[in-house]
Amino acid sequence: MGFDWRWDFTFEILPRLLLATLNTLLAAGLGYAIAVVLGLVLALAQRTPSRVLTRAVREVVEFIRSTPLVLQIFFVYYVGPQFGIRLSPWTSGMIAIGLHYASYLSEVYRGGLESVPKGQWEAARALNFSTARTYFRIIIPQALPPSLAGMGNYLVGIFKDTPMLSVIGVAELMHTANAIGSESYRFLEPYTLVGVIFLLISLPTAALIRVFESWVRKKLGLI
Amino acid sequence: MSYFEYLAEFGPRFVDGTIITALQTVLAAVLAIFIAFVAGLMRMSPNPLIRGIATVYIEIFRGTSLLVQLYWIFFVLPLFGITLEKFTAGFVAVGMNLGAYGAELVRGGILSVPRGQWEAALALNMSPTKRMIRIIFPQALLNMLPPWGNLLIELLKGTALVSLISVSDLMFEAKQINSTTFLSIQAFGTALVIYYVMARFAITPFMRWLERFMSRKLGRA
Amino acid sequence: MSEDMSAYPLRLEGDDVPMVRFMNVTKSYGALVVLDSLDLDVAAGEMVSVIGPSGSGKTTVLRMLMTLETINGGVIYVDGQPLTHMEKNGVLVPASEKHLRKMRADIGMCFQHFNLFPHMTAVENCMEAPVHVLGLSKKEARERSLELLQMVGLEDKVDQHPSRLSGGQQQRVAIARALAMRPKVMLFDEVTSALDPEVIGEVTNVIRELVDKHNLTMLMVTHQMGFAKEISDRVCFFFGGKIEEQGSPDELFGNPQKERTQQFLSAVMEAG
Repeated sequence: MGFDWRWDFTFEILPRLLLATLNTLLAAGLGYAIAVVLGLVLALAQRTPSRVLTRAVREVVEFIRSTPLVLQIFFVYYVGPQFGIRLSPWTSGMIAIGLHYASYLSEVYRGGLESVPKGQWEAARALNFSTARTYFRIIIPQALPPSLAGMGNYLVGIFKDTPMLSVIGVAELMHTANAIGSESYRFLEPYTLVGVIFLLISLPTAALIRVFESWVRKKLGLI
Repeated sequence: MSYFEYLAEFGPRFVDGTIITALQTVLAAVLAIFIAFVAGLMRMSPNPLIRGIATVYIEIFRGTSLLVQLYWIFFVLPLFGITLEKFTAGFVAVGMNLGAYGAELVRGGILSVPRGQWEAALALNMSPTKRMIRIIFPQALLNMLPPWGNLLIELLKGTALVSLISVSDLMFEAKQINSTTFLSIQAFGTALVIYYVMARFAITPFMRWLERFMSRKLGRA
Repeated sequence: MSEDMSAYPLRLEGDDVPMVRFMNVTKSYGALVVLDSLDLDVAAGEMVSVIGPSGSGKTTVLRMLMTLETINGGVIYVDGQPLTHMEKNGVLVPASEKHLRKMRADIGMCFQHFNLFPHMTAVENCMEAPVHVLGLSKKEARERSLELLQMVGLEDKVDQHPSRLSGGQQQRVAIARALAMRPKVMLFDEVTSALDPEVIGEVTNVIRELVDKHNLTMLMVTHQMGFAKEISDRVCFFFGGKIEEQGSPDELFGNPQKERTQQFLSAVMEAG
């Protein structure tokens, strides 16, 4: 087989790939939503007075961060049935990818929270705020801008990691490209198109995130 | 079957897989470091063409997925007459991907060296190459070591994807063992722990040691 | 540490109850004793300045009173009620967060580095706590805040964020913010130390006006001897975690009795 790009084939498979792109975006969006919330829980759990809890959460985060996501996806998908719990590919995929990125985001939040000067806590205390109010009105709004760059990187990151969900049969872009490849024995067009679609989404997103970041800073009066 | 018996039976296969994963990691790391320095320096070139090539490379490899790149290199590249054996295709894809991320670290490390160091070297009439190699590089290297530690862990994790083109690494063995025993916790759990041990007790201590070694060399310890 | 709490009254009663009483208060970090069995009374409406070399424990006095630091021994009373402790079955036990929140309502503090909330405008900084801690309506809180910002001379800066204000202006907003909570006791912790010399006057003028026109109890840690002398009812010189000497400004600055006080004052006066 030589290099022969076939445009008719390209246009034939493009609608199918674009449809699968919606699934990819849905997976990235859902996974990110889980990660954003769960990551905050993991970060705040490391700020409680309980040393044991802090230490335990730290170790869990370290473990998740230093092991491969694709293996975690398999783990979540296959371990359930061993105990009689059957999770769908989508459910296990979202749990795995959400948890993986939650541990990354918890580190981003942690850095952001630690960047807020101690004096802000003291001022809030002197004004008699409750702990919850101090977090939500004073600390988190200030921890947010320095976290945005990291949060944005991981939004793009989770999007680029969704192809791994194909290994358990989530019908996203990569899975669809594989299917096209094995039906037609043509790999050039589907795999190249997948690459192009990823580029066309991730590059503008990264740029948009930078714009958003400076907009938030301005909005909060920090520049 | 107790976990002990399980390990007695499948332990050797986990060891085999771990060796392949370690090999993939080392080879991919060497390639990634090489690419990172070449592309990182090219990005700082005054020549717009050289800069442009590096930028396109970095954006393509950072803008798409490692898995897409791996499949492309393994399945599509042969159409252009470049056929890589699966083991080679595996570490080449991982190395090229992480090399693009590393290039940004190299650039950042060089930019982090204070302007005064360039000026001092210039005032001593050193050639541009000398300035770079003798003065800037050693300092830049030390500054970029901590993020490289994280990048190497990402690289180790990235090698797990080569199992998808049937390189018999740790991930591949775990999958195979799982499909014969259906003891998923044991198969995938053991593999997870091995990856964790490699990251936490091999890569991290090695990078710490390297940092200490480098800062002693530069008289900063 | 087990201290016999029965030595401390459950509350202070009588005609001459001080606004603030430190009773045998000790604070240490590990082996380092920062404050050693401190006894200090501040009467209602009194302005007390705290001076001394760095590391003498003077800032710690304010931070303990604001409950930013816990104490290791003794009891602090505010307006007759125990601050650091509370009554439980007839004995004093360490205060719960709930008790602290109730007691903190009487105390306001201004910091060396202002600690304004950077994401809120001047007036929002002042309104935040009255609305969300005291439960005032936004309208009420805004009126109160605008009045205070006018008092500190910043009526034209109400909608600016802190990053747009000078150090002196920021510190004046911080004073207004603390006053908006209507505290009985105000604490000033080196409020002019981080300021450029030419704007110190803006801040000291505001404090002067507070002393003249408002019946607040105030404790001020300062390096500005001239200002302390002019404005205080009483000056305390701290050394090594204890009050080495205290008295009226005229006594302490004019005729210090202790050698350490003399040394400190002459060193400070020489420096400028």
